[in-house]
Amino acid sequence: MEEIGLLMQGFAVALQPGNMLLMLVGVVLGVLIGVLPGLGGANGIAILLPLTFAMPPVSAVIMLSCIYWGALFGGAITSILFNIPGEPWSVATTFDGYPMAQQGRAGEALTAAFTSSFFGAFVAVVMITFVAPIIAGFALRFGPPEFFAVMFLSFACFVGMAKGSPLKTLAAMMLGFLLAAVGMDTVTGQLRMTFGSEEMIRGFDFLVAVIGLFGISEILCSIEEGLHFRGQKAKIDLKVVLRTWAELPRHWFLAIRSALIGCWMGITPAGATPASFMSYGVARRMSKDPAGFGQGRIEGVVAPETAAHAAGTSALLPMLTLGVPGSPTAAVLLGGLIMWGLQPGPMLFVEQKEFVWGLVASMYLGNVAGLLVVLVAVPWFAAILRVPFPIIAALILTVCAIGAYTVSNAEFDIVLMLIFGIVGYVMKKLDYPLAPLVLALVLGDRTEEAFRQSLLVSNGDLGIFFHNWLSGGIMAAGIALLLWPALAWARAALASGLGRARAA
Amino acid sequence: MSTTTLDLAPAAGRSSQGVRRSAMEVATSLALALIGAAAIWDSSRLGAGWGAEGPQSGYFPFWIGLILAGTSLANLVPVLRARGAAAEAMFVTWPQLRLVMSVLIPTVFYVAAIPLSGIYLASAALVAYFMMRLGEFTWRSALPAAVATALVAFVTFEVWFLVGLPKGPIEELLGF
Amino acid sequence: MQFVVPAGTGGGADQMARVIQGIVSKHALMRQPMVVVNKAGGAGAEGFLEAKGARGNPHMLVITLSNLFTTPLATGVPFSWKDLTPVTMMALDEFVFWVNANSSWRSVQDLIAAAKQQRLKIGGTGSKQEDQIIAAAITKASGAQFTYVPFRGGGEVAVQLVGGHIDATVNNPIEAVTHWRSGALRPLCVFDTKRLADTGKMTETQAWSDIPTCREQGLDVDYLMLRGIFMPAGVKPEQVAFYEGLMAKVRETPEWKDLMQQGAFNTTSLTGEAFGAWLAREDERHRSLMQDAGFLANPA
Repeated sequence: MEEIGLLMQGFAVALQPGNMLLMLVGVVLGVLIGVLPGLGGANGIAILLPLTFAMPPVSAVIMLSCIYWGALFGGAITSILFNIPGEPWSVATTFDGYPMAQQGRAGEALTAAFTSSFFGAFVAVVMITFVAPIIAGFALRFGPPEFFAVMFLSFACFVGMAKGSPLKTLAAMMLGFLLAAVGMDTVTGQLRMTFGSEEMIRGFDFLVAVIGLFGISEILCSIEEGLHFRGQKAKIDLKVVLRTWAELPRHWFLAIRSALIGCWMGITPAGATPASFMSYGVARRMSKDPAGFGQGRIEGVVAPETAAHAAGTSALLPMLTLGVPGSPTAAVLLGGLIMWGLQPGPMLFVEQKEFVWGLVASMYLGNVAGLLVVLVAVPWFAAILRVPFPIIAALILTVCAIGAYTVSNAEFDIVLMLIFGIVGYVMKKLDYPLAPLVLALVLGDRTEEAFRQSLLVSNGDLGIFFHNWLSGGIMAAGIALLLWPALAWARAALASGLGRARAA
Repeated sequence: MSTTTLDLAPAAGRSSQGVRRSAMEVATSLALALIGAAAIWDSSRLGAGWGAEGPQSGYFPFWIGLILAGTSLANLVPVLRARGAAAEAMFVTWPQLRLVMSVLIPTVFYVAAIPLSGIYLASAALVAYFMMRLGEFTWRSALPAAVATALVAFVTFEVWFLVGLPKGPIEELLGF
Repeated sequence: MQFVVPAGTGGGADQMARVIQGIVSKHALMRQPMVVVNKAGGAGAEGFLEAKGARGNPHMLVITLSNLFTTPLATGVPFSWKDLTPVTMMALDEFVFWVNANSSWRSVQDLIAAAKQQRLKIGGTGSKQEDQIIAAAITKASGAQFTYVPFRGGGEVAVQLVGGHIDATVNNPIEAVTHWRSGALRPLCVFDTKRLADTGKMTETQAWSDIPTCREQGLDVDYLMLRGIFMPAGVKPEQVAFYEGLMAKVRETPEWKDLMQQGAFNTTSLTGEAFGAWLAREDERHRSLMQDAGFLANPA
């Protein structure tokens, strides 16, 4: 009960007018950071961190965590409006969010995305409040084999999703894996596939590739039909928020399941990106109408957004209790804590109770503040689509170029972005699916790394992936999911065979 | 692969009113197979075996390259077998390609100009060009919009977020 | 003013760069804003090549870690510390030999004896960098074989040890201190020629200064990691002097002293010729350590 008292105290601190103002400033800045691709939450927090040293730590952390919230919310905006994911975990949001915007339902998609984000984050904060000490230790069980098993499960959830030619799906996925492998091999320190080029040492950053493959290629595809964007007729009034809210309760089960997937992935700590893909994959598999996914189903927005934000939020738990950052943003926050003289880790919850509960309180309030700010702004965001095509196209190209550059301050990345844009255009027109490529690019090297670390640990014994119930269980679930389409197909074939036999 | 679109366009044009889909399929498959082959070559250099303690650096890229090359070549089969309407399908028609190029070519110039002029000047020029060429704006509205874009970007990135973007001679002259 | 960090966000070098950035802006030590830029690609090769290419640019600083020596040697990237202008050594980072507190190993001898029975696993950050070099040096000094398992960051390595997935680590003090204090990890020895200076109690019974050196424990290995500031080559002496003065002011601030104390850093600081001589010596030493371990990309 002491915790609840401290949490209430935390609320009291966070609700002081000065801190409320900081929250608002933080959320607005965060949304801006989330909207501009390349400028991640890590940049915003890193740059503002020095400014916050003049404040008391609680105020500073309130402002910084609100930037974090704002960035989480903001990532969905460009995904839905322009097919450009501002953050890795917004990629899955584009699959259905962008088609919705093209159909003139941008407001609906944005509202669904923001509300789901809020819900996912809220579930995660409640979990942190009440069961933090119990689950904090859970991340410790995750060694390399368990980590590999989780990655394997993410892939398994997604395989069999793509429509069209399986050969093209496979080729796209392999291309993604190869791109992920370029650069330094973390296990042996060797340079792979750089072919002596200094620019290639860096490898292919996910964001640069995605800005090109999704954003630039989309501009090229859409102008074939004339110099305008589809979806310009988007309704832009606040009623769309209420209308969408009336529809959302129908998806309560989906939201809860996605939130749980997100929390699990955040604690483990695999992170928000695999969580969003996994949740999308599961939602599609469990749906009665899987073919409708990718064409603008609201579930396709709810599932990844809920999971990504549940994961992004619960990832703060291993950071605070173990000192392991779940994302670059969390890593910079971690650096901030150290500068305020707070040492993240198991002792933080014991020695700095007030700080921890102040942070948790700010998570509740920051989440609410974030939702209010972005929902009020929905019509404005949707109105961006009404800007005349020549202006908006030039602005998107500019923002993409800046985004590609800022990822690692390299002019070569802008060239790469353009190349990826043309590649994406060609692949899209030839029906190569881009989602498997991106999934492989995001998770490829971490998966390989975990696999090889596991084998180092086991002296080359593959049995390590089944050495305990945890990794064995996850692996088994993944294998079952992989075999699912084959099983379903076999059953259907059998059934039709029987039917024919009976008819004959 | 960036060049395949541009190179193939005129060649295929003589026989039809656009770029054939089959030509692009072949080009893409060959390009992917080439990437796969490059991966195989580089991986064999690093060692693509399975050592005492798991796979070597080149193990995964080697097999992935092999699968990529294999599937890409397999993708050629239905294309080469296709007859009739499937073989005649268009990848992009000339009018469509002209529209795509009206955006793509200035973008290529834009990207090429960034290292020379800095990103702000190039972006302003891009905005002005798009507004005047693709839209029906006069320089009276295009010029202020272009300047505003550059200024907003400058204030947001350089001043607020302290993120340095590529700068050119003009910014140097102003002392940044 | 660009402050290049040839490592990812959240690591030791990155944290130190951001503390310096914070101190400079808080105490208004410089007129221009200082911008921290992470260039982590290829174990820092990206950042070093950028600095090498910025010859004569007085608006760039580079903070280095041991990858200043190890990355060019391990990857063959055309770069050496001589392509930069040394400004000052800010501090040296210590390394401590850690095991899980639940293990039965209470001294280095226990661990070495166990390692000779059964191959044990040492976790560390990156590949063919400082952690793996220390692991190789331990093998060389003791004769016990270890499997080195590379991870991405020091914090992750410490947690893997707490979770029992690996047997030992050579984490920096700051990366493992919180787990030590919570009773999850046990320090065996410090890889330095003398004990750590800080005598304040960190746990109920132990202070940093209570950890024996590895040499006292019969394991003759010492290793310190450079946290130094460099500029690109071809800058004017007065420009170097400016940043030397700036960093001297930074070292006088209470925030810096807090960081040094928290991370149990070795606060040795060198500039000018002495620093250059130190660098040349360390470069040679890394070359021979890596040669012994077979880590060189182009063995001479």
